Amino acid sequence: MQQFDLEAQGLRALNSTLHEQAGSSNQTQWEVVNPRGSHAIAVGLDAPIEVNVKGSTGYYCAGMNQQATVHVHGSAGPGVAENMMSGTVIVEGDASQYAGATGHGGTLVIKGNASSRCGISMKGIDIIVHGNIGHMSAFMAQSGNLVVCGDAGDALGDSLYEARLFVRGSVKSLGADCIEKEIRPEHLELLAELLERGGCDAKPEEFKRYGSARKLYNFNIDNAY
Amino acid sequence: MKDDNHGIPRTVPIQSATFSNPINAEIRRAAATGIYDIRGGGAKRRVPHFDDLLFLGASISRYPLEGYREKCETKVTLGTRFAKKPIELEIPITIAGMSFGALSGPAKEALGRGASMAGTSTTTGDGGMTPEERGHSTQLVYQYLPSRYGMNPNDLRKADAIEIVVGQGAKPGGGGMLLGQKISDRVAEMRTLPKGIDQRSACRHPDWTGPDDLEIKILELREITNWEKPIYVKVGGTRPYYDTALAVKAGADVVVLDGMQGGTAATQDVFIEHVGLPTLACIRPAVQALQDLGVHREVQLVVSGGIRTGADVAKAMALGADAVSIGTAAMVAIGDNDPKWEEEYQKLGSTTGAYDDWHEGQDPAGITTQEAKLASRLDPVEAGRRLRNYLSVMTLEAQTIARACGHNHLHNLEPEDLCALTMEAAAMAKVPLAGTDWYPGKPGF
Repeated sequence: MQQFDLEAQGLRALNSTLHEQAGSSNQTQWEVVNPRGSHAIAVGLDAPIEVNVKGSTGYYCAGMNQQATVHVHGSAGPGVAENMMSGTVIVEGDASQYAGATGHGGTLVIKGNASSRCGISMKGIDIIVHGNIGHMSAFMAQSGNLVVCGDAGDALGDSLYEARLFVRGSVKSLGADCIEKEIRPEHLELLAELLERGGCDAKPEEFKRYGSARKLYNFNIDNAY
Repeated sequence: MKDDNHGIPRTVPIQSATFSNPINAEIRRAAATGIYDIRGGGAKRRVPHFDDLLFLGASISRYPLEGYREKCETKVTLGTRFAKKPIELEIPITIAGMSFGALSGPAKEALGRGASMAGTSTTTGDGGMTPEERGHSTQLVYQYLPSRYGMNPNDLRKADAIEIVVGQGAKPGGGGMLLGQKISDRVAEMRTLPKGIDQRSACRHPDWTGPDDLEIKILELREITNWEKPIYVKVGGTRPYYDTALAVKAGADVVVLDGMQGGTAATQDVFIEHVGLPTLACIRPAVQALQDLGVHREVQLVVSGGIRTGADVAKAMALGADAVSIGTAAMVAIGDNDPKWEEEYQKLGSTTGAYDDWHEGQDPAGITTQEAKLASRLDPVEAGRRLRNYLSVMTLEAQTIARACGHNHLHNLEPEDLCALTMEAAAMAKVPLAGTDWYPGKPGF
């Protein structure tokens, strides 16, 4: 286990050290201490390493992640795992707004609650939230899966494309062009896999599925808001 | 003529200036369809522009440099503030962001070829970076847009600079649109969207709002790219003083300022014609902001929107820009709106010079299309050569003017080299009305 004191050694040194780790590196286990809410921790990683951040992070932790596992042992600020391509990001606490924004792949697990705009414009990422999510989540979400074990706030899935949304609790309101859809066996199977990946003990049958009504895909004056 | 009015003269029919034929036609079109008019390009209305400025040239108080003989430098370096690897260009004229999707593959290749031959940069657009574009562009600026279509860290690292697009002159405050006709298999895959749908790009970034967030976003991008890449911030011309100041505060290396004549692939006509400032009105406030912050020339200013000639280049630089960027002019250079396609423009209900239905993907010139048959009409090698020639001519023209004003570098052009032909231009450019020492708003008058 390599330990990195962020307060003493600085952000530039941390990220450049982590960027130097290639696929063949033996130094696969990293621990970052004293994060103190710093921004841009462990961004742009591209190696199968595991980074444990011992505390809470600021904006964009694990942004554009590829291959790596980043584990935040605290809460995460805005834009955690934004534009992630692959790998895994786990947040033990809560996540602020824009969690997993525009993510193309990989898995984001939030064990607490996520704030507004969770999964905004997601493009293939899988997001599993143990708690609740805030308003305007999955806005213009294009692809991937968002699983919410708690409740969802206002305007869920507004202007949704092809992303799949699964919510166990209540949905305060659905956004434009987002509707509840039938859960078929393939969805239950997918959901079971996602819940297992996210470490949730919820049952797939407890969830409702939401998706795009596809009425905004081509302009029609009668569907305009 | 038969008099059927008992000798009383008739009133001549008068067309309304307010309800003109084009206006009435648009009312009828709107009534029939229920949808606003969408088109490509920039503002077509007449606005104060560089044509309203003149250079004074040399005289007894200034002496000129010999054309062709004495050196007049054109090089510019962008990104000197923080980036480890600034972009070094042979000429201060860059190619603006235009997406693969909005433009065909051959058109993007032609832009890359022409820009590379001329020693300047080209820019991606909404939709990501294609290998062809990267391959044919020696200096490529990668746009970071609200949609994040195709955005990935591998391409980010391949770029020579990153341009965070906050807005553009044709539609400041608005997102992009690419209608279903142009969403081919490849475009759909690059944007992670179903084929054939109307694609909307968001009007604001999904994971930051405001200058304080932008500062952190820039930090993240710098960390991901090892602080190597120059980071541009592009804004539409709206509040140029404050936008420039805030971009500087957020840590930009370069500010790109796009006036309302700047083009777009597609948006509402009402947006293009009624939102934003003319390019001429943007430059002095932006330069003032840079000067007030003590970073003029340290943070470079790139101006775009209606740049057509070397005279426009020289005038923008005289007002304080470090470089300019061209989009529409580059498209014309490679063949857009060429008279040789007049018959086909007519079939599409348009005419040479007016064709702007770029969103429909039926461009006879093969530039704003994803139809393979149409796209194949454009020879990227020949079109690239035309762009190179055009960039060379613009540069020679700008050098001619600079030498005539006694300058050995385009960057040495200054507002004192200029006068204005109209009160509006004088006020916007803050240069004297021709033959006077006064402009509206000048202190002391």
